[in-house]
Amino acid sequence: MSGVGILEAPGADCAPVLRERGQREVFCGLTGIVWLHRKVQDAFFLVVGSRTCAHLLQSAAGVMIFAEPRFATAIIEERDLAGMADCHEELDRVVDRLLARRPEIRTLFLVGSCPSEVIKLDLSKAAERLGTKHAGRTRILNYSGSGIETTFTEGEDACLASLVPEMPVAASGEGPSLLLVGSLPDIVEDQFLRLFAELGIENIGCLPARAVADLPAVGTNTRILLAQPFLGETLSALTGRGAVHLPAPFPFGAEGTTGWLKAAADAFGLDDMQFNRVIAPGRERAKRALERQRERLDGKRISFLPDSQLEIPLARFLATECGMVPVEVGTPYLHRSILADELPQLPRGTRISEGQDVDKQLDRVRADQPDLTVCGLGLANPLEAEGLSTKWAIELVFSPIHGFDQAGDLAELFARPLRRRDVLQV
Amino acid sequence: MRVATAMEGMHYVLHAPQGDTYADLLFTMIERRGKRPPVTYTTFQARDLGKDTAQLFQDAARHALERFEPQALLVGASCTAELIQDDPAGLAEAMRLPVPVVPLELPSYQRKECWGASETFYQIVRTLADRDITPRGDSVALANILGPTALGFRHRDDVREVRAILETLGIEVNLVAPLGASPADIARIGAADFNVVLYPETGDEAARWLERTFHQPAIRTVPIGIGATEEFIRGVAALAGVDPEPALADDQSRMPWWSRSVDSTYLTGKRVFIFGDATHAVAAARIAHEELGFEVCGLGCYNREFARDVRAAAQQYGVDPLITDDHLEVEEAIAAAQPELVLGTQMERHIAKRLGLPCAVISSPVHVQDFPARHSPQMGFEGANVIFDTWVHPLVMGLEEHLLTMFRDDFEFSDDAGASHLHAHAPKRTLAQPIALEPVMGGSLWTDEAEAELKKIPFFVRGKARRNTELFAANEGRAQIDLETLYDAKAHYAR
Repeated sequence: MSGVGILEAPGADCAPVLRERGQREVFCGLTGIVWLHRKVQDAFFLVVGSRTCAHLLQSAAGVMIFAEPRFATAIIEERDLAGMADCHEELDRVVDRLLARRPEIRTLFLVGSCPSEVIKLDLSKAAERLGTKHAGRTRILNYSGSGIETTFTEGEDACLASLVPEMPVAASGEGPSLLLVGSLPDIVEDQFLRLFAELGIENIGCLPARAVADLPAVGTNTRILLAQPFLGETLSALTGRGAVHLPAPFPFGAEGTTGWLKAAADAFGLDDMQFNRVIAPGRERAKRALERQRERLDGKRISFLPDSQLEIPLARFLATECGMVPVEVGTPYLHRSILADELPQLPRGTRISEGQDVDKQLDRVRADQPDLTVCGLGLANPLEAEGLSTKWAIELVFSPIHGFDQAGDLAELFARPLRRRDVLQV
Repeated sequence: MRVATAMEGMHYVLHAPQGDTYADLLFTMIERRGKRPPVTYTTFQARDLGKDTAQLFQDAARHALERFEPQALLVGASCTAELIQDDPAGLAEAMRLPVPVVPLELPSYQRKECWGASETFYQIVRTLADRDITPRGDSVALANILGPTALGFRHRDDVREVRAILETLGIEVNLVAPLGASPADIARIGAADFNVVLYPETGDEAARWLERTFHQPAIRTVPIGIGATEEFIRGVAALAGVDPEPALADDQSRMPWWSRSVDSTYLTGKRVFIFGDATHAVAAARIAHEELGFEVCGLGCYNREFARDVRAAAQQYGVDPLITDDHLEVEEAIAAAQPELVLGTQMERHIAKRLGLPCAVISSPVHVQDFPARHSPQMGFEGANVIFDTWVHPLVMGLEEHLLTMFRDDFEFSDDAGASHLHAHAPKRTLAQPIALEPVMGGSLWTDEAEAELKKIPFFVRGKARRNTELFAANEGRAQIDLETLYDAKAHYAR
């Protein structure tokens, strides 16, 4: 069940990585729908799965489920398991009815789940068939958000990768363009777009776009800046279409954001003077905001349990800008090339782990006794009951945390549980 | 999981893909448990499919035994694992484990949560009960309390109330199960003289088996409401051969007087729509009808297995029973019934909010606020007190109702101000336009004068007034709704 081994990985960082397999206490990729459907406003997400899948979305989406949301589950029932032909017919019927009821849907994602994959229901074929049928009105795409294939944020990766073939071809005569990849809250996206405009980078697109109808073009002149670390498949799909990845740290904190913007500025040949002049106000604001939180966080020891792949960039931010000491940083998957600018910045001695055997990992947390443990909601209250302060990880995916003007908020998310622990006298 | 988590010393090994562990947080967050549920998931992934998964299951079971040292093991498969055809029961048996193993067959493509909990509890009792231990037949009666689980709506406090009743009657409790029971406790379940089935949804299957095996009779009256509690006390006293009076004389019962006081007169005939699990829905209907003087205008449940009771009750109150698990259907029924109060689950709360109706929660599924810190049972006399407060609170109070009518043009009482305590965080009323407000006959049939008059009617009955008037106009074949039509309709529907 658990093959444990320390790998001496090649590369600049040479950090040893603890790789574990066993029980994993993580979300599946379906959860990505909860934020993707808010971002991409002309799309609908239809999960083909079981009642368990519907229940997960209901629990994860909380009250959103009652606001006529743009996602649903086509529940596989016993008779659907009997014959594949019927299953396809049934799916067609469900899609027809859905599109008749919700004519405003421009793009429909058929989202694969564990049950649909285990019974080998071919959703790509179904998407093709239904796409032809509804051509001209609704585009039908598919990806997998199943737990056997994807962990939490990887659902977004799979979804964005399915959009890449749909992106128009950039005209060959055009100058270089910048593509920001990864869904960001609108307010953060707008901040970045303003900064890039001030820097003089104008030909710029976002994946996902706010509407699937407005997908940006891609070609050999496209330069990719990843806003999120969990986008391995999307990145390779984009490079497959000739785009070039700009290695960069992720835009968390004053330094992370500066490094991220700098990667683009360098690629577009901007001079340092202009770059510094444009980013100085935001960078200063971020540093001022961080100063206040640093007092609370400095010297505090922190452990991350695997959840979203944001763990390594966040640990780097907390270590270099807030003075925290990462003890163990767990991640569901470690994309070394994507994190090439992050890993070397982690303090020497940080224990990096990939994958999970939850009981063993909890034993390590208990032995380490960190000041703060970042973990999922299934573990947070039980750890608190053992006297360990926790920060629940999902909030890091749902809150605006990227960029200069969110740096203070990001640090505050980690400071708040510690402050609360100090305030309470019961 | 609700059964395993309720128990002590039991561990559940669930064959399930990565991601299914989300269910843990229902217990750690909604019920705020300070411990992880005693469940080990195999969390298989795509690369494990094939022979690997069976091995994965056996390893998980072995590790769970070593780490948690449970007295017994539950083994089962999730919906996905059901499809890959590893047989957890067979696999566990082949391992010759040193503790009893309770295999579960839960057909997830046919059945749902309540059935799963009931079946799980039944299998546990059947496997673990020691058949050599039989009713002790002592002069002091001994009872089992069956049905309460983890994630149950107010189960914690209901158990406390029912225990107190039994104690007052001089009846001893053999065990409460599954909530708080260990496999060792379950082994001596046969010692009780009779069973108290608090929640038929989870406890009745096991109770019926106990009836056959140990000849333990069961009391199935669910003591929710004053009348039902008194019946329950008499029933239990009869089974135990004791005098019911000490329990009946409980002076903590304030609900009957609260309901009789003149303050409550305005509650008379309020139309109430009730939906939830069958047990709570039927109990709520009886309280609404007999103890609060409401009019039941809709009654339904989502669990088909217990629909018979709901059908019978619906017939008694002269409404069509609504048996469905489709919340859109419930929403339609509520909109059509035009109730003044909705009693339901979390789902009905959201529906009521959207329709701008007052609502109280009476049944699972519920959210975190319905696992309160304070003592708030539904059962027994204290339960009736809690129910009175909970149901009446969301209604616009009688005096406020008058004020709204008398001073409706004053700014504090204008529509935008809303009722003082009626879901303060609801979206602005423009967003919450009730579905039922769509004109029956289409287009604007209303004269400006009639429309203006309609606006003078307090908002919480305006929807009904508009609907009734339009129906009336349609039936009478009137092409236009003027003042006269409005008041003719009012006279027609006056009750």
